[in-house]
Parts: sequence; structure tokens; C-alpha cells
Amino acid sequence: MNKRKILDRLFEQKVVILFVVLCVLTIVASKQPLTFVANELFTRIARNSFLVLALIIPVLAGMGLNFGIVIGAMAAQIAVFLTTHWGFVGIGGFLLTALLATPMAVFFGFLVGKLFNKAKGSEMICGLVLGYFAEGLYQLLFLFIFGGVIPIDNPTLMIATGVGVKNTIDLKDTIKYSLDTVPMLTILEIGFYLVVAAIVLSVVIKLAKKQPVHWKKTGIALILAVAIYALTYIPAVESFLAADRLLLLWAVELWVALVLLWQAGRFLVLKVIRKEELDLKRLAAICVAAVLVYALTYVPAIYEVLIYVRLPVMTYVCIAGLCLLNTALMRTRLGQNMRTVGQNRVVANAAGINVDRTRIIAMIFSTVLASWGQLIFLQNVGTFSTYGAHTQVGQFAIAALLVGGASVQKATNKQAILGVVLFHTLFIVAPLAGKELFGNAMIGEYFRVFVSYGVIALALAMHAWKKVSGVGPSTDFAPASASALAGGTSAPASGGGKAG
Amino acid sequence: MRDNAKALVRQVGLPRIIIAGFFLLLLVAAGGFQMDLLQLCSDFLRRWGMYGILALAMVPAVQCGIGLNFGISMGIVGGLLGGLIVIEFRLASIPALVEIHPLLAQWVGILIAILIGVVLAAGIGWLYGLLLNRVKGSEMTVTTYVGFSIIAFMNILWTILPFQSGELIYPNAGQGLRNTISLADSYSGVMNDTLAITVGSLTIPTGLLLFFFLMCLLVWLFMRSKTGEAMSAAGANPNFARANGINVNKMRLVGTILSTVLAAVGILVYAQGFGFMQLYNGPMMMGFTSVAAVLIGGASPRRACISHVLIGTFLFQSIMALALPVANQFIPESNLSEVMRLIISNGIIIYALTQTGGGSRE
Repeated sequence: MNKRKILDRLFEQKVVILFVVLCVLTIVASKQPLTFVANELFTRIARNSFLVLALIIPVLAGMGLNFGIVIGAMAAQIAVFLTTHWGFVGIGGFLLTALLATPMAVFFGFLVGKLFNKAKGSEMICGLVLGYFAEGLYQLLFLFIFGGVIPIDNPTLMIATGVGVKNTIDLKDTIKYSLDTVPMLTILEIGFYLVVAAIVLSVVIKLAKKQPVHWKKTGIALILAVAIYALTYIPAVESFLAADRLLLLWAVELWVALVLLWQAGRFLVLKVIRKEELDLKRLAAICVAAVLVYALTYVPAIYEVLIYVRLPVMTYVCIAGLCLLNTALMRTRLGQNMRTVGQNRVVANAAGINVDRTRIIAMIFSTVLASWGQLIFLQNVGTFSTYGAHTQVGQFAIAALLVGGASVQKATNKQAILGVVLFHTLFIVAPLAGKELFGNAMIGEYFRVFVSYGVIALALAMHAWKKVSGVGPSTDFAPASASALAGGTSAPASGGGKAG
Repeated sequence: MRDNAKALVRQVGLPRIIIAGFFLLLLVAAGGFQMDLLQLCSDFLRRWGMYGILALAMVPAVQCGIGLNFGISMGIVGGLLGGLIVIEFRLASIPALVEIHPLLAQWVGILIAILIGVVLAAGIGWLYGLLLNRVKGSEMTVTTYVGFSIIAFMNILWTILPFQSGELIYPNAGQGLRNTISLADSYSGVMNDTLAITVGSLTIPTGLLLFFFLMCLLVWLFMRSKTGEAMSAAGANPNFARANGINVNKMRLVGTILSTVLAAVGILVYAQGFGFMQLYNGPMMMGFTSVAAVLIGGASPRRACISHVLIGTFLFQSIMALALPVANQFIPESNLSEVMRLIISNGIIIYALTQTGGGSRE
């Protein structure tokens, strides 16, 4: 029985397993040192994770894989062009760009949501075609309206004739690495102020609403925050935090230390002070795992990688923040509504949820996040290819999400991150492996493109296949998500009945 | 009077009126710029014949119920392989036939290419149809990505297939087939030149148009046959068709195969008119162009007929032919026409999708 369960689990993860095997084989075939692969990989994780995470909300809202994130990327690029033209630089310029991109992305997301509401059930193909359509408008804007209609006098950005923007814009002196190079000290400082502000605000709100305030709890939280902030004034800590990149080794050590501290704290507070029940086995397992991870850092091959790779801290903080946001959103009322809409629009409508509005909000979220993701991508790459930077955004992000084991209806943060790791490992080593194996880098190049298309085709086909075989021919007229719900749960009769 | 106008708009369709109006506007602009209208007309006719059969491939697909077939690249790669084999073995210039007439030799070449393409496409289409029968209801999304995948897969094959002819492979120890293969020494323009009539600057590619019309006639006849009628019934209402003893899955398979085969023929006709065969990512968006053409002609994801193909391809391709010179008058050396192609072709597809899907609150 147990064995069967494990096998079932493995079968569920078949896509992931397949790609792990594929990645290992191509890494071996490419004959590249692990330090190179790891370094490239961590750069790419920082670059692309945000975009992939932006896909999760529409999936949960039942709108499938959002090919429309291309439009969010375009909003970001328009903003980048404008701020570059106006000459804003550094992190200030980056924040201004994000500020400028956001309202545009909100507006575009609203329009996309409106359109998708008119094409329910075919959002994915609609989004794909919409991407190409928007590409036309984007080119119209950058090739003819900038310079042609709106006069822009900037010889470094514009084509010699003055009409149309150049093919590539160098961001080296403007926003390149502006987010990556925010020092850890600044991050901590901002974090400290945010925490203090949040605590004060919550107290004020509670006082205003005449609710009881836990003064003791609040005091402890404030003291903890101040203590951590005070630590940064110790010279040794300060000099460590002044850097903007974190050595992977230190990141791992910090992580292990934090996990151990957290578990110890939990044990102390819950078991010793409050005398509550606690799953000790689980706690012990987590601690052992953390120690094991630490022990692994002493393996020479891994150690070599760990002291080679440096992480851009701020970018990773942003990615972690988005993961938290995705989780937190699903706990709110809005998130629950989205989930209900995603599972069954008929039921959601009957329960008094404004289905169309919820779907539009999901699209706005996704589009705005995609625009920020594209900004993170561009500031890391450092050159902005005006007419090419957005073309593959949706394609690669969706392929990465699917490689991580997500499907058209279900996606989690973990799957997104895992997918980025696997997909981009393949991306780094496939051309090199092609060169080693066939003497032609192009074969590897074509192979990785084939993989990215193929995995999407496969996921879509499998999704559709499941939908058809799970419901049977009688629900031809049911809305897509209703029949999908029937296929997914063990109550096909009730699901199909409601839909019909 | 007003009701009449409204009824007319509904019958012809708003997008068609807009696009036809745009076409007339471009035509007037071209006239205003003193362009050679007769030469433009020969361009219209040439493009009409070139792109027509690719658009025709949509008819059986839509009628059998799989909807707009974005995946005609499945058939296109079959046609391309046929074309490559003919060049590799120099079948378009068999000396005995060249002695009789060079055009005859070329015709034999392209017909062999079409034959090989049709055989390959029928096999691919059969597999493709089996897949599509398992993904009912989501065919369009699946076909698009299966189409993209086959192009990416063929990219690998184009690099490693063992072709030898110097016309095909990269020179100087390069590996793989060329990106663009010139047909000048094989069957370039064979249909266009056959029976071509030239009056002043107007050239009518009679052979090309005759071939295109012949294909349309064949499809039309097929649609009127018993199998064709059954296929349309299966597409229009599967449950009703099933109740009448029609094997719906088989009919869908027939439609898919036919569509794929027509795509194979279409790409060869296109290539001979263009003078080049484009491999690698060249045919990637052909599906979109063809879909847009039939939609402009008045088709919907549920219904398409030959007249939609004829009208749509003519309108769409004429606009494309006109857009380039007219746009160049405004902004020289721009690719405004390419931008226009993107907007028009994708705009019409989005319009068609929003017309059939959703709209309700549920």
C-alpha cells in the first residue's frame, strides 16, 4: 500500500523527474565545471523568477496560463525607455520606472481582463494572439510614434532620422544592477522602519477601533526589531552588511542558523512555556536536515560552488516577497473569491461573487507583477533590446512554470521556483552539450527551444485530454472550468449536473 | 432604410466592412501617389494565388469541427521535405523532359514534390488528427503549440538531415540546410509563368490561378460529396451527427488529414511563387496568416466555405501588397507594413475569438 502510494507520488511528479534527469545528463554532456553552471543559474533565477511567479494568480483564478504577461513586460519597457530618455539613474531611477510602469500595467491588465471575459474558455489562445497584436501596437509606438508624432530629441536613443527608437538601448549608465546592488545594510534599515511602522500602525488602528491591545507582545516585537537594528552598528556586522552581494556559502550558513534558531524558539515557546502539543518528530527531522545541509557544504565540490557564487540580495528579497504575497493573497477574501471562480464560475456566481470583476482583478495583479518582473530582468541584463526583450517572456515563463510540475489549473510558488531552476539549467547547458555531442551549438539551441514549445504543447494537450476523458461526452456545453472541476474531484455527477 | 443598413452590416460583418474600406482607402492613396495601378493589380493576383491554398486548408478543418487550424505547419513541413527531395535529386530538370520544354520538366518536378508532400502530410495529419480527437474543446490552443513544437523539432532535423546538394546545404563546411533555399534552378515560378498573360504592366499568372481554382473546385466537390456532407454535419453538431450514425471521430480525422495535406500543397505553391523555400522559423507564423485570411473573408471558428477563402485571401493579401509602397511614401524604408500585418491579422483573430466564446457571467 505504502509502496503504491510512493509510486503514485512519483508518477504525479513525472515531468519534474524527467527534467531533473535531462538536466543532469546535459550538464554531464556539456563538460562544464559546476561553478560555471551554478553561477549562471543563480543569475538567471534572480532574473526570471519574478516573471514566473507573476503567472500564479491567473492560474488560481481559472484563467489558465497567462500568455498576456507579455503586455505587462511591454508596459515596463515603455517606462524604461521614458526614464532613460529623461536621464534618471540608479535605484531612484529604477523606482521611478516601476512607479511609471505600474499605472500603465494596471490599465493594460484591466483591458486584457475585459477581453478575456469576452472569450471565456479560450483565454490562453486569446492571450497568445493578443500578445502578437500588442506587439504590433508596441512596434507602432516605438518605430513611428516616438519621434514621428511625439518629438523626442535624443540622438543616443533614436535612429539617425529622428523617427523610431534604436534596436538596443544600453542601460549600463542608468539602471543596470540598480536593484541588485542595494546594500544589505539599506535593506535591513528599510525593513526595520517598515516593521516599526507596521507595529505602530496596528496599535493605532486597534486603539481607534477600541479593541484590546497586547502591550506586552507589541513591546517584545519592538524590542526585538530595535535589537536586530542595533546589531548593525557593531563594526564587524556593519562591514559584512555593507556589501550588496551575499556569498552563497554564507547564505546557506545563515539559512541553516535561522532554521535552527526558529525551531529552537518554537520548541521553547510552545513546549516549555505554553506546554502545548508539538510534533517533536517533525521538529527533529527539520533540525537534522538543516545540520545535514550544513555538513554538505564541507564536500569539496559543493564548497567550491558555494564560495564562487554571489547572490544579489535585494533581488532575492523581492522574489521572496512576491512568494509571500501570493500566499498571503490567497488567504484574503479576494484570494478565496479567485479560487472559487477558478474552480467553478457557476457556483461562484450563485454564491454572489462578481465573477467578471474578480477575473479582471486577477489579470491586473498578474500584469503589474509581470511589468515589475520585466524591470528586474532588464536591470540585471543591462542592455534593453527594444524590439526583442519582450517577445519570449510569456513563452519562457510559462514553460518554466510547467517544467516545475504546475498544470493549467494548479500552480504554487515552489513549482515556479523549481521550474525556473530546471528550465534555466537546461537553457545554460543545452547549447554547450550540443556542441560537445554533435559539434554544433545550434542543435542544442534548437533543442532548448523545442523543449520550451514542447513542454507547453504537452501540458495543454494533457490538460485537454483529462478534461475530455474525465467528463464524458454529455457535458459538451459545460463551461470549461466546471467540467475541469468535475474531472479533478471525485464527484463528476454533481459537478456536471451543476454545469448543465 | 436605417434598418436595411443595419441588416447589411450584420450580414457582411463589421470587420469586413472596415477592412474593405481600408483597402479602398489604400487604393485611393496609391492612385493619389501616381503608382502603377496595373502593376499593383498583378501583385494582388500573384499573392492571391500564392497564399490561397494555405488559407483553403482552413476549410476542412473548420468544417469537421476542429476549428481554426493554427497547426498547419504540420503539413507545411511535409511539403517542404517534398520540395527538398526534388531539389536534391534534380527532379525538376530531368534532361529528357527539358529537351521537350523546360516548363514541362519543372511541372514534373513540382508535381513530384507535391506528391511526396501529400503522402508525408497525410501520415502526419493522421497522427495529428488522433491527437486532436483526444483534446476536444481545446483544439485551438493545442494546435498552436503543437504547430510551434513541430517547427522547433524540424529545426533540429534541418540541421542534421543528410542532404548533399550544394543548393541546399550551407557552403564552406557549414552544417545543415540553408535558411533560405533559392528555387531559381528548380521550379521557381513554374505555375506563375505557365500561360501567363501580359498586358502592358499587368501580368496575369494564369497557371497559378488555374491551379488555385482547381484546388478550390476539388475541395468544393469533396464538400458536396457524401463524406463531405457527413463531415460538415459532424462538425456542426456532433451529438446530432452521432445520433444519425456518423462516426464523428473518423470524420474529424478526415478533415484534419485533408487540412494538413492542403497545407503541404499550399506551401509548395507559395514557394514556387516566391522563388525561395524558407526553412527553420520561416513557416512559424504561416498558420496565423492563413487563419486571419479566412476570418477576414467571413469565416468563423465554426463555419468556413470556399467563398470565404477567395474573398479573404484577396482582401488580406491585397492590403499587404498595397501597404508596403503606400507606407514607404509616408516614411521611406520603414516596416510599417509589417506592423500593419501584425495588427490586422491578430486583431481579426481576437475579434473572432471574442465572438464565439463566453460573454456570459457564468
